[in-house]
Amino acid sequence: MADVKVPAQRPAFDRPLSPHLQIYRWSWTMAMSIFHRVTGVALYLGTALVVWWLVALATGPGAYETVRWAMGTLLGKLVLFGYSWALFHHMLGGLRHFVWDFGMAFERGPRMALAQGTLAGSLVLTLITWAIAYAVR
Amino acid sequence: MSLKPSMRTPLSRVRGLGSAHAGTDHFWVQRLTALSNAPLIVIFVGVVIATAGQDFATARAIVSHPAIAICLLLLIVSVCVHMRLGLQIVIEDYVHGQAAKFAATIANLFFVFAVGAALGFAVLKISFGA
Repeated sequence: MADVKVPAQRPAFDRPLSPHLQIYRWSWTMAMSIFHRVTGVALYLGTALVVWWLVALATGPGAYETVRWAMGTLLGKLVLFGYSWALFHHMLGGLRHFVWDFGMAFERGPRMALAQGTLAGSLVLTLITWAIAYAVR
Repeated sequence: MSLKPSMRTPLSRVRGLGSAHAGTDHFWVQRLTALSNAPLIVIFVGVVIATAGQDFATARAIVSHPAIAICLLLLIVSVCVHMRLGLQIVIEDYVHGQAAKFAATIANLFFVFAVGAALGFAVLKISFGA
């Protein structure tokens, strides 16, 4: 074995790092790309809530009543509101990716319209959903 | 199609997998499940609105309707495949240590299977009324 010395801790200054998020000026497309990823991870973790709801419904009236109570509280409603927004934002973001997959809307105008439309559309769809939910009660 | 000389066999070109032998299926299945998620999620939101605030028996009756239960089962499969692929990309982007990446990838798989099994079993149990 050759006697090779491996430094235990790599010095912090030895290699330049590629520029990361804090370097760049925020743009719409960049923000919507980040939102898409964040909402995706939030929806992933939020499936635990869906599991809680459906397994409670499969278990019995007592378990279901607990979920119904929890989702009826202010905190529960806020979580559901956020979850529904994440759902619509991720869905519209996915549709935006479909448009790009077909090689369209890469120019500045359409690109910006899609990015801003994703945010506006997700908020509108969320509000419509909640308006329907309260209307049918 | 160009007929440039190539070291690749015709079969290899048709499969289109490149030197890594994998990868395009990840992209393709992610898009395919995104497409199937969209209408199924709209139905799911409708089911949640219909059951919101309802008592146990009513909520159970809604979820156990065959058309709704079948849509929910399809949604569970579609979403589980989609979210496994999605989080795998996130892990590969941010988790760099070999051991941590290995553990995170396995945890992702276990979480998705647990969620899928729990949701699938719940829908079936509600539907068959046991």
